[in-house]
Amino acid sequence: MINFSYTIKDKLGIHARPAGMLAKVAKVYKSNIYIEKGEKRALATKIIAIMGMGIHYGDTVTITVDGEDENDASEAIKNFMKENL
Amino acid sequence: MLCFKGKGVYGAISIGVVSLLNKTEEIIPRFSVENVENELRRVDKARMSAISQLDEIYKKALTEVGETGAQIFEIHKMMLEDEDYCEAIENTIKIQRVNAEYAVSIASDSFSSMFEGMDDSYMQARASDVRDISLRLIDCLMDRKKNKGESGNNIVICATDLAPSETVTLDKNSICGFATSYGSVNSHTSILARNMNIPAVIGLGDNFITSVQNGDTIAINGYTGEVFINPDDNALKEINRLIEEDKNKKHLLETLRGKETITLDGKKIKLYANIGGVDNLGSVLYNDADGIGLFRSEFIYLESRDYPSENEQFAIYKRVLEAMSGKRVIIRTLDIGADKQVDYFDLKKEENPALGYRAIRICLDRPNVFKTQLRALFRASIYGNLSIMFPMIISPDEVRSALSICDEIKKELDSESIRYANDIEIGIMIETPASAVISDTLAPLVDFFSIGTNDLIQYTLACDRQNPLLEKFADTHHEAVLRLIKYTADCAHAHGKWVGICGELASDTSLTERFLRMGIDELSVSPTFVLPIRKVIRETDLSKKEATK
Repeated sequence: MINFSYTIKDKLGIHARPAGMLAKVAKVYKSNIYIEKGEKRALATKIIAIMGMGIHYGDTVTITVDGEDENDASEAIKNFMKENL
Repeated sequence: MLCFKGKGVYGAISIGVVSLLNKTEEIIPRFSVENVENELRRVDKARMSAISQLDEIYKKALTEVGETGAQIFEIHKMMLEDEDYCEAIENTIKIQRVNAEYAVSIASDSFSSMFEGMDDSYMQARASDVRDISLRLIDCLMDRKKNKGESGNNIVICATDLAPSETVTLDKNSICGFATSYGSVNSHTSILARNMNIPAVIGLGDNFITSVQNGDTIAINGYTGEVFINPDDNALKEINRLIEEDKNKKHLLETLRGKETITLDGKKIKLYANIGGVDNLGSVLYNDADGIGLFRSEFIYLESRDYPSENEQFAIYKRVLEAMSGKRVIIRTLDIGADKQVDYFDLKKEENPALGYRAIRICLDRPNVFKTQLRALFRASIYGNLSIMFPMIISPDEVRSALSICDEIKKELDSESIRYANDIEIGIMIETPASAVISDTLAPLVDFFSIGTNDLIQYTLACDRQNPLLEKFADTHHEAVLRLIKYTADCAHAHGKWVGICGELASDTSLTERFLRMGIDELSVSPTFVLPIRKVIRETDLSKKEATK
């Protein structure tokens, strides 16, 4: 299991478009990828749930990746976040 | 006759026939089912047809509104396939043993109310996306064709509000107006109306939509926000008179197409257009601008996911220059900053973005980024009449540094035997009080000035232009601003340089004559303002004393 945190730098937060893109990336991997903000936690593949978390600019989220391809998956998510969020 | 008053979002008037869209929320039948498996299969099948519909809409939107606008339909597709959403529908069917349509409507309610309960307005608005996809799914389940309302010509679309997927699927050729109960100036309806040059009135209230019927005659005035349903003879007469007047006014502007921009006493003015990308070129040519006075090159960066390469930029600049076939094109180098976020620049968050790290400051700090853009510009220069200008200048040193980087680029290109034009004019934006005050020192360094009034006003009056509370303090006609403009013009002319204005003030017709009397040589405005400003210029006589107002 791999854990890391990330602070959102996009002014709009995780709005519809990046939530969709994130779900697309997450679906590529077998690992379960969770996004956590405070008490809320959701699978990155679930676009509605991610949007529903209301992740804003400046929020720090914790990402947990668990599964056989967790190394590749966490790298991909990290890169995605750096580039898009 | 019924009258309503809302907010006009595009200045035009028309009379047409009402075509109602999504008038009432149709009641979704609820009934028990024996065969749960069959209902689940129906949902799967409906989802597949809904997704293929969205694929079609996406393709249509791509050609009509571009990729950014079309992306919403990709999101809709993903929402339809969202695990939680699908599971909610399946569970309702399994547990309550009810029909699929009803299960979808329950999921629609629960997910849309989740978004409505969120604390930011952007997310609250996503509730309409949930309802939009659910309605599509229900339509597929019930094998309903969308109620197209009335068809024929001169249709006025009436609705509570328009969902993005609805605006894309409308037959644009038959529509002469929009009237909606809700919506904002930035809603899809408003944007569409402006793109189509037809009147739209929004915010007419709940009563409006319950008062109109398909086939009613409706008159809408996009200037005043007035809407008349089944207008009586007198009202009809008045509206037809207004339409005629509007037509004459617009026709008059039409006659100015192809005419010179010249005052009555013979002073020629350069009347240029501002653009943000190649998409606006059509409008520039249509409105007959004498050139491009401001090409905001930052849009190339904002729309890109990574630093746009020299070749990508070269292709865009070349296209603009070629399209303008020899007319002047002034391209402003990158004006990116803390409020215009580009992730790959990795800029730090700032307390005062407007007083922050932006434009030429970043370019001089990151010469590689700047050089890529300048190389692309110089290479493109042989395809037309290019001028380059630098934004946010406050000191002569900045100008000298930028110019010496230009010299480096020229040497580089020379050594690679790559051609560039040798008559490229280089200017600067005067948009800080500092640059206006020392414009006498700056003028000898450059070929021209272009006054950016939006920032000049914000910095001179210390009024953040993003803060709506300050709107009433930010007097755009403030004497301090006008004196800085006058002083800048005087300094430019004293050194034999020309000076233009490219901010919003350039399209303020109440100031046009004053600017001309200051000796302003060039005005650059949104394409749609070119003809109205040309009209004012052609009616101005600088040899006579200014009429006291």
